[in-house]
Amino acid sequence: MLYINCPHCGMRSQNEFSYGGDASVKRPELNKEVSDQEWDNFVYNRKSLRGKHLELWQHISGCRQWIKVERDTATHEIFRTFKADEEVA
Amino acid sequence: MTQAFRIENGGLINKDKKLSFKFNGKTYLGYEGDTLASALLANGVHLVGRSFKYHRPRGFFGAGVDEPYAVVQLYRNGETEPNIKATEQELFEGLEAKSVNCWPSVNFDIGAINNFLRIFLPAGFYYKTFMWPKSFWYRIYEPFIRKAAGLGVASTKHDKERYEHKYEYCDLLIAGSGPSGLAGAYAAAKNGAKVILAEDKPRFGGSLLTSDVTIGNQSGKDWAEGIIAELKTMPNVVVKNRSQIFGYYDHNMLVMSEKVSDHLPSTKKYHPNKRLWYIRAKEVLISSGSIERPIVFGNNDTPGVMLSSAAKEYLKVYGVLVGRKPLVFTNNDSGYETAIEFKKHGVDPVVLDSRKNPESEIIDEAKNLGINIKNSYVVVAAQGYKKVKSADIASISEDKKLLGKIENIQCDCICVSGFWTPTIHLASQSGNKTKFKEEIDAFVPGQSKQNEITLGAASGVFSLEETLKTSFTVGSELSKKITENDNKIAIPNVVEKKSSQHDKFWCVPLPKGKNYKRFLDFQNDVAVSDVEIALREGYRSIEHVKRYTTLGMATDQGKTSNLNGLQLVSEIENKVVPAVGHTTFRPPYTPVSIGAIVGREVGKHSKPTRKSPMHSWHEKNNAVFVDAGVWLRPRYYKRGNENLFEGSKREAKNVRTNVGVCDVTTLGKIDIKGPDAAELLNRVYTNAWLKLPVGKARYGVMLREDGIVMDDGTTTRISENHYHMTTTTAQAANVLSHLEYYLQLVWPELNVNVVSTTEQWAGAAIAGPKSRDLLQKLFPNSDVSNEGLPFMGYMEGDLFGVKARIYRISFSGELAYEVNVESDYGNFMWEKIIEVGEEFNIQPYGTEALSTLRIEMGHVAGSELDGRTIPFDNALEGLVSKKKDFIGKRSLQRSAFIAEDRQRIVGVVPLDKQTSIPEGSHLVKDDKAPLPNPKLGHISASCWSVEYDNPFSLAILKDGKNMIGQKLFAMSPLKNKVIPVEIVSSHYVDPKGERVRS
Ligand SMILES: [Zn+2]
Repeated sequence: MLYINCPHCGMRSQNEFSYGGDASVKRPELNKEVSDQEWDNFVYNRKSLRGKHLELWQHISGCRQWIKVERDTATHEIFRTFKADEEVA
Repeated sequence: MTQAFRIENGGLINKDKKLSFKFNGKTYLGYEGDTLASALLANGVHLVGRSFKYHRPRGFFGAGVDEPYAVVQLYRNGETEPNIKATEQELFEGLEAKSVNCWPSVNFDIGAINNFLRIFLPAGFYYKTFMWPKSFWYRIYEPFIRKAAGLGVASTKHDKERYEHKYEYCDLLIAGSGPSGLAGAYAAAKNGAKVILAEDKPRFGGSLLTSDVTIGNQSGKDWAEGIIAELKTMPNVVVKNRSQIFGYYDHNMLVMSEKVSDHLPSTKKYHPNKRLWYIRAKEVLISSGSIERPIVFGNNDTPGVMLSSAAKEYLKVYGVLVGRKPLVFTNNDSGYETAIEFKKHGVDPVVLDSRKNPESEIIDEAKNLGINIKNSYVVVAAQGYKKVKSADIASISEDKKLLGKIENIQCDCICVSGFWTPTIHLASQSGNKTKFKEEIDAFVPGQSKQNEITLGAASGVFSLEETLKTSFTVGSELSKKITENDNKIAIPNVVEKKSSQHDKFWCVPLPKGKNYKRFLDFQNDVAVSDVEIALREGYRSIEHVKRYTTLGMATDQGKTSNLNGLQLVSEIENKVVPAVGHTTFRPPYTPVSIGAIVGREVGKHSKPTRKSPMHSWHEKNNAVFVDAGVWLRPRYYKRGNENLFEGSKREAKNVRTNVGVCDVTTLGKIDIKGPDAAELLNRVYTNAWLKLPVGKARYGVMLREDGIVMDDGTTTRISENHYHMTTTTAQAANVLSHLEYYLQLVWPELNVNVVSTTEQWAGAAIAGPKSRDLLQKLFPNSDVSNEGLPFMGYMEGDLFGVKARIYRISFSGELAYEVNVESDYGNFMWEKIIEVGEEFNIQPYGTEALSTLRIEMGHVAGSELDGRTIPFDNALEGLVSKKKDFIGKRSLQRSAFIAEDRQRIVGVVPLDKQTSIPEGSHLVKDDKAPLPNPKLGHISASCWSVEYDNPFSLAILKDGKNMIGQKLFAMSPLKNKVIPVEIVSSHYVDPKGERVRS
């Protein structure tokens, strides 16, 4: 079970969180023309990286905040965690 | 029954307390402190089972967790449990056990015929022999294998025992209470660290219980007892025996199974049987020790052949002689320690040492005691069927290839020592990259991945002095980092005998003309010849060899067999062992009871149960409940002998003719506040929300980004910047997360807050032509006329002193209202509605009637919004705005979603107006078409229409728009039904929707 540092609450076990997928995906702006390809990339196409991956988790049984977690998908090592509005440098 | 093999003095058992037990129906005596294994051996019982494949007689091979043979079926307090290791099961008064793997009995076993039909059972025998003819598998092979070669029988009764889960955090978790574990724990505890020390055996001390060493003027055993006693007094230390750490998971989470009650005749009141500990540790010290490995020789599975360390443990801990004419076969000094113990108790052992001229303190001591030692000698084969009677022995050449003349020597047990294998399972599970250590011919932990350090024998260090020094230091330093205390501890003096280099020898060659079975894996009956076959047939990867031969795949996970298997592969393949590599170690280290893993989450505790505030009223009024997610909802209120069909029909009819009331508390409710609330709704829902006036409700549909309908419900504008959203019962949690996702990540600029209020409001739907009359009586001071409270209107009211929210919304298609009060007043509201409604012939209605009412009206619910449909499919395209953008809109342009013949909701009526159509039935054009019959659609929901008094269903049908009036067949192979049907409009009742506006 992973041990995730919620930037709002501190270290908590994985069973308090739910997974939200790739955090690098950006939703196309509203009312903007979007090509089929762009939209498919947003809705369906994911890289499924092996290695360092920025992903979303929601602290569902805690503060209910969506957070970003930088995690290695192969080793499960967590490098850093960020608040939703924090810039990932 | 006498305990003929129990020595007069010695052992750590309590000889003042005799215990009686039964094995295979026969009664024996043992002592408190015995294991089932030691007690049986004390009574001279060596035959305990049959092997898995060849059903050869099997005895005891070890004395603990590594035991591959002595797996029994245990009976305790009216319950039975399979797969119990006799070497781990502590004796208690009245214990009963039986052999497994034998049919009909351990002494006469039909499966043993396999032993003579070996030609059928070499490596891969399951794949080769039992694959064809295919039809034989279920009828003949499998039942035979199951009966003849099971590993015990699981109980079919409900398990009365309780199992608990516990979550713990600590600074240092220490796995194993041998010398390194004790030293590490003690040093860390002295620095004030929070320490958990776990020992799988009942007694603490590990190897110190059996080794002949002195630590600071005390025997090793006394020193261990002193340390444990002191640790137990410290408030920062938890010391647990009978507790096996079996899994090392991510981020230093380890799981431990504590056997709380298995050593007692029955579990004490309020005690669990087992307790599973989830422990998050800052640092982990792995002090799991090592397991002696066997030397491979002919018939090395005969009862009476066992590890030399096990023989020593039976003698020193349990006071039991495993034989009176022991033969010790060793390639290192450990065998001598066992021989010395025998000699001290008046038994004359013979030692065969594969080494030519070994010299050490231990060997000198053996010589001084006059022990018969034969150097450059090996056991070629054990003789005897159900018990060792003698051994064929021979001298061996220095290159270990040539055997001398074979002699036969009388003996009643053969104690084998092929040196030691560090127990690296936990380290390996943690992600540690293990490395091969040439000096000890075994793998040891390498670079740590997580915060773990392996100490002592588990790290391949067998010197006590070095082990203690390192472990005290590591314990001090790790704890110092955490607590910043630095209490120096004097490292005690150690007196131990120096030992000499072991012999890199592990397998005795076959003598000319002999074809003895030489076993590598004792539990799964994998012999040297099996591995040879696998390699000959082209298997190369050790993982493949393992699966083909089943080497190391039994419940003992190859604790005694893995390394010898690797040695063999490396020898045949002409590779070094590290190049062959070892198979992956996976949790659990040793079998864990399913009950312990499940814990208390069984039966009604497997998920929470949510009840509405009106639940007790429903109960008192004969509600029959149904699970709606985790909620319990009334399905119908039973009157007399009514069944579900009759009861729900009565309730639905009463709604259509009079008035009914339904508990709708379970609907998800979300409070939405903020100046941008309308903008959020406008983006989340498919229809327009910016112009909804205060005091009005609106029905909305929300999509996922892929265009699929996510949920529907009404949202009401309570005040300028305040909205009340309702969701379906099932999607309540998902919708809240969905809103939070967009507010926090996608559109953080929106000034809106959302919070779940599902549990804050109790809800009652009042539906039927007389609902307004009832409402007026409930709220005499409010104007609830069609003008005062029009369809989709909202107002607040006073319900006999309780503040209420009144929404004019309808799911039933009738004139209807929904009243909400704060949850604590839910029951009050409900009773008032029933009381005041009496004159209007009110009846409560459950979910079944609720379904009937909505199906007749063609209103969609979860069975249509099933994660596969878009708004068009549900005839909701009128709610999809063409002007504004919203979540999922772009996806609606996908070609499949705008196809001319797109699926769409329709109504379905059986031609005979009699036969109900099972939900899930497929709609097909031709009921006689060859399979697979092309499916045009499926029945999503069925009811008995109370309006027309005949069956009616909803279906999602391909090209549904153009199918009205068509005749099709509804087929349910599951229910064996073929029903001719006609497709009609999904709006079966009141298609113009006049009633809700009346
Ligand atoms: Zn949090």
